Amino acid sequence: MKKTYNINEKGYYGEFGGAFIPEMLYPNVEELRQNYLKIMADPSFKAEFDQLLKDYVGRPSPLYFAKRLSEKYHTKIYLKREDLNHTGAHKINNTIGQIIMAKRLGKHRIIAETGAGQHGVATATVCALMGLKCVVYMGEIDIARQAPNVARMKMLGATVIPATSGSKTLKDATNEAIRDWISNPTDTHYIIGSVVGPHPYPDMVARFQSVISEEIQKQLLEQEGISKPNYIVACVGGGSNAAGAFYHFLNDTQVHLIAVEAAGKGIHSGESAATSALGNIGIIHGSKTLLMQTKDGQITEPYSISAGLDYPGVGPMHAHLYQTNRAQFLSVTDDEAMVAGLELCKLEGIIPAIESAHALAVFNKKTFSPEDIVVLSLSGRGDKDLETYMKHFEL
Amino acid sequence: MNRINQKLQEDKKLLSIYFTAGYPNLNDTVRIIQTLEKSDVDMIEIGLPFSDPLADGPTIQASSTQALKNGMTTEVLFNQLKDIRKSVSIPLIIMGYFNPILQYGVEAFCKTCQDIGIDGLILPDLPVDVYTEQYQSTFEKYGLINILLITPQTSNERITYIDAISKSFIYMVSSASTTGVKTGFDDTQLDYFKRIANMKLKNPLIVGFGISNHETFSQATQFTKGAIIGSAFIKVIKTNTLQAIEKFVVSILNK
Ligand SMILES: Cc1ncc(COP(=O)(O)O)c(C=O)c1O
Repeated sequence: MKKTYNINEKGYYGEFGGAFIPEMLYPNVEELRQNYLKIMADPSFKAEFDQLLKDYVGRPSPLYFAKRLSEKYHTKIYLKREDLNHTGAHKINNTIGQIIMAKRLGKHRIIAETGAGQHGVATATVCALMGLKCVVYMGEIDIARQAPNVARMKMLGATVIPATSGSKTLKDATNEAIRDWISNPTDTHYIIGSVVGPHPYPDMVARFQSVISEEIQKQLLEQEGISKPNYIVACVGGGSNAAGAFYHFLNDTQVHLIAVEAAGKGIHSGESAATSALGNIGIIHGSKTLLMQTKDGQITEPYSISAGLDYPGVGPMHAHLYQTNRAQFLSVTDDEAMVAGLELCKLEGIIPAIESAHALAVFNKKTFSPEDIVVLSLSGRGDKDLETYMKHFEL
Repeated sequence: MNRINQKLQEDKKLLSIYFTAGYPNLNDTVRIIQTLEKSDVDMIEIGLPFSDPLADGPTIQASSTQALKNGMTTEVLFNQLKDIRKSVSIPLIIMGYFNPILQYGVEAFCKTCQDIGIDGLILPDLPVDVYTEQYQSTFEKYGLINILLITPQTSNERITYIDAISKSFIYMVSSASTTGVKTGFDDTQLDYFKRIANMKLKNPLIVGFGISNHETFSQATQFTKGAIIGSAFIKVIKTNTLQAIEKFVVSILNK
């Protein structure tokens, strides 16, 4: 049998995944598991999803040949412009899918976690669009450092609740969202922001994000006469933009996959979020995957200059891609990412999100040949990061 | 026979107390256990603290964070409990999340539990199917009973399934909530207790979540074999002495 990198019928990628959840969550997660594929396969679901992606999000996002960047690095670089989506990142592909899912499951109330606030904004946006009640959990520390996104969520009608437990950041916000779901077992849907969490979330989110690779196939065929690139490069926090960019190429090993993690101040600095390099197998937020933890199994706090990559785990799909060497995992420090981000501004007139800038830094780490077609997932725009850019470069 | 099952045969309503190991001070564990036994508590759940306790409310979260800060680890706990069976004979259950056990090694963990004289485990995030497929034989090899949970949302079909797998008592979560958030029971919950009691399961039921005083203890045990107190007890030990523990237990049992 041909090796597959997709999820199996039990909800695992190799040994990773599953649903390690307390019994209190079982009915919610089970309801979703039993219905998500059926609902997604319904033509009326697909029609509604596609139409919103087109008219509301602005898809397809361009596949842009970055001429000057390509010249500099002597290879053919295409940028998949998720930064041009409504709300400024790929996150909205998933929230659109999940909000329609929630409606079809008869849910009236939406909860979400957010770190930097991008997923929170994308969730608050679709809740406003559909008129559903929205509660976003956000670490107390993140609320203080991401004030503009907190204001956006509030303007969009969401209630933002500070997570004050543990380390008061993304992982704790996720815990709080899960606890909310335990306490609201019938009317609430939890919109997770990445390919993490208990099965079926990693698979469901990957499927919603897979519109990225579907479009890449079509667009490359139009522009290059070939439906697959040699390389796909994406940054990995939880792993949703990477999962979406890889999805249709997962089982085609002619396409090389490169996942870029945040090394923070250096992999071994103690301030890093390079999960594949530093993590080992364990359970986080209901999923068996790679995560950063102490030898006693306590989950540790990651660090990256980019709030969106600041997660102590990766999704189970990526843990499997790493373990099987299907994808190459690289890590990029704060400084390397910031330089690459600024370079894109100067060479292409595009200000990238710092998350995406991590992916861009790959061109200084790895040499591609002039014939290679490299597609890079430009997962978001840098508006939200201006303050960090200003501080870093003393602008 | 396992101490838990022996205890379940006694003709009385059982009081089980949960506390977080390493809280309020790292080395309180043994003294708390001894005091609880002396106070006539029937069973003890020793909480192995975890950084991300998904099923717990603020009180147990805070006690876990503090315990970890104090230096509690699996290794330290096992060391503290090494001689516990010289002084304590009531059932001892370790309650924790699965990740620290996975890192310790499931088999090594179970073996040490047996060596110490631990009778059972409550691991809320170890799902039933993973338990039966991967770990049941290991747990049983070392004489450990895995206590499974049901909630008001658990379907009758699943309750029957959980009852079939369980070999001791079933931990009946009283409401849709995390620990220590709700106190007191309303009619919906009492109806739920009655409904499950009427299912005539093979395993006895012990209620947890929302029990904090004599009244709630009596209400819960009207339909069940016993009740578990966690957060309310954590609040007692937060600031108080060992005498306060005895007083608290007396107030629950109302003797
Ligand atoms: C622009 C952008 N890229 C990437 C990420 C990382 O998430 P993921 O790994 O799920 O794509 C985020 C998360 O907030 C983001 O905002």
